[in-house]
Amino acid sequence: MELNPPLEIDKALLKKRNAAETRFKLYGLAAVLTAVLVLGLLLTSIVSKGYTAFEQTYILLDVRLDQATIDPKGTGRQEDLAAASYRGILRDALKEQFPEAESRNEKRSLYGLVGSAAEYDLRNAVLENPKLVGTTATIAVKASDDVDSYIKGFIPRDVPQSDRKIKDQELGWLDTLEADDRVIKKFNIDFFTHADSREPEEAGILGAVIGSLYTLAITLALCFPIGVLTAIYLEEFAPRNRWTDIIEVNINNLAAVPSIVFGLLGLAIFLNFFGLPRSAPLVGGMVLALMTLPTIIIASRAALKAVPPSIREAALGMGASRMQTVFHHVFPLAMPGILTGTILGMAQALGETAPLLMIGMVAFIADIPGSINDAATVLPVQIFLWADSPERGFVEKTSAAIMVLLAFLVVMNAIAVLLRKRFERRW
Amino acid sequence: MDMQNFKTREKAAMAEPKIIARDVNVYYGQSQALKSIELDIAANEVTALIGPSGCGKSTFLRCINRMNDVIESCRVEGRITLEGIDIYNSGLDPVLLRARVGMVFQKPNPFPKSIYDNIAYGPRLHGIASGKDELEATVESSLRRAGLWEEVKDRLDSPGTGLSGGQQQRLCIARAIAVNPEVILMDEPCSALDPIATAKIEELIDELRENFTIVIVTHSMQQAARVSQKTAFFHLGELVEVGETDKLFTSPEDQRTQGYITGRFG
Repeated sequence: MELNPPLEIDKALLKKRNAAETRFKLYGLAAVLTAVLVLGLLLTSIVSKGYTAFEQTYILLDVRLDQATIDPKGTGRQEDLAAASYRGILRDALKEQFPEAESRNEKRSLYGLVGSAAEYDLRNAVLENPKLVGTTATIAVKASDDVDSYIKGFIPRDVPQSDRKIKDQELGWLDTLEADDRVIKKFNIDFFTHADSREPEEAGILGAVIGSLYTLAITLALCFPIGVLTAIYLEEFAPRNRWTDIIEVNINNLAAVPSIVFGLLGLAIFLNFFGLPRSAPLVGGMVLALMTLPTIIIASRAALKAVPPSIREAALGMGASRMQTVFHHVFPLAMPGILTGTILGMAQALGETAPLLMIGMVAFIADIPGSINDAATVLPVQIFLWADSPERGFVEKTSAAIMVLLAFLVVMNAIAVLLRKRFERRW
Repeated sequence: MDMQNFKTREKAAMAEPKIIARDVNVYYGQSQALKSIELDIAANEVTALIGPSGCGKSTFLRCINRMNDVIESCRVEGRITLEGIDIYNSGLDPVLLRARVGMVFQKPNPFPKSIYDNIAYGPRLHGIASGKDELEATVESSLRRAGLWEEVKDRLDSPGTGLSGGQQQRLCIARAIAVNPEVILMDEPCSALDPIATAKIEELIDELRENFTIVIVTHSMQQAARVSQKTAFFHLGELVEVGETDKLFTSPEDQRTQGYITGRFG
């Protein structure tokens, strides 16, 4: 039994080692839990603040649509119907609903119950259904952003009137309307079909989405071919010498350059030297392509390096030229890695704000861009702009826009995974 | 002049050697890997290159199809001719050379494609088979010659990487012979395989000898003795001794060969 004593000693050591292992596992678990918790908190906060933006408060008004005011000639043509003054009709309807508002101030706050673009809701309803002309119809018109915020519960009643956006008199009117079931909520389709606006109830995300898509398209079109070709050349063809070493070091350094520097470069070169249009997705895409290039080059080189050399030898041994070896075998095998790197780079570009500030993509743009040369903004900049706006209605829009941005990132990552799966199956 | 020597000479005179290496020196950067190698490789024979690790046998093998060109620091001096054509200095494109001199590597390295595409790659690349039918015939005959046809004929579309190690290596051999080369170079083709798969490959090598000239690098002296007709012993970058396999293993002339084959070093 000479073996036993060392085993006894080992037991104590083993216990210690096992304890250390358990401890380490717990640390890891705690770290993961913390991360999940923080992420969950963030998402909950964004969603709970933002989900209300997908609803919009409408007020049902009995509107007298006289033939004489809307279509005096009685043509019934759309142009004539559209040209009528619906603002007056809307105001008449409000006055009829609440005849007690007599003074100029009272009237102004009465008219302020509905949004500044509510007359277009009315006009659209008439254009959609011209038979309404000559009748008194119940039409849903958009409530103003303050009313919307109040109905959604963001404006408390129990604070002094002076600290409240909705005054006592307006509260009274709204109570009457609510009692009559004249306040309804509808899905806020305008949030997805409008560009930015100064009025929260009119502001939408589409302009920024289109701007982001144009910008990313330019970025992808520029940096994918350039980045991948650079990576292939450096990895497969370039001789190892001082020059390629310098290039490699510089690419690695560029990946760490703060993004705003690329914005300054874009401002100096693309805008000032080449005279390209300000605030345009074209320039934004070019700047972001500069920023994304190092990421794509580094990821692509890593993917190419990960292809086993035996594949290259096999192809060369069969009498393939170096280019054939690369494009028949090495590149397809590296494709999943290259795509992952590219999409990561694109996701980074999608979320980038700083370089775009320098080239004027931070401007307030109320139009949906129609081409890569139109003034546009992008999703993260839109979030920044809304977060910066004083109106209560933009708080929920900010969170909603963040949700849209996150949805885009999730979709992009899903595409990356799908593409990877597709290319992997071909092996 | 004894009888045996005379016979050898007569044979050499009858058939010009397929590959002739003269004063071949190979350098990796500053260090010399091969020193003045002089070697004749006869057609339709298996020539085994043996020697301890790092002796330069693989380097020499890779000189024959210019695979060393890929290594940047590598420099080859001297003359290697394939049927009288200087493969380094006559402006011969290495791509064409490699179509005539196929190679099988140490680790089975089928392309991560279907079995069919693995075999069809070479013929497609060099435009050998015209039309789909001819290509299919080439694939079948190559697989048959490599003794793999019966095992894979029902799954030509499944990936080549899904085969067992020995099957993969035979697939690589089939891929190499699909372009109908004159010479097949094999760099320790069985070192990653089990004994049964090794036996199959060795059998195959013996069959292929009829149509191809084979140069095989091996670590196993038994394998060299089993499959080859000629054996060349390399040591520290020098070609120490070359001769008929039987003779080299039974009565080596050089002390170093003796030491190596009796297991004193290596």
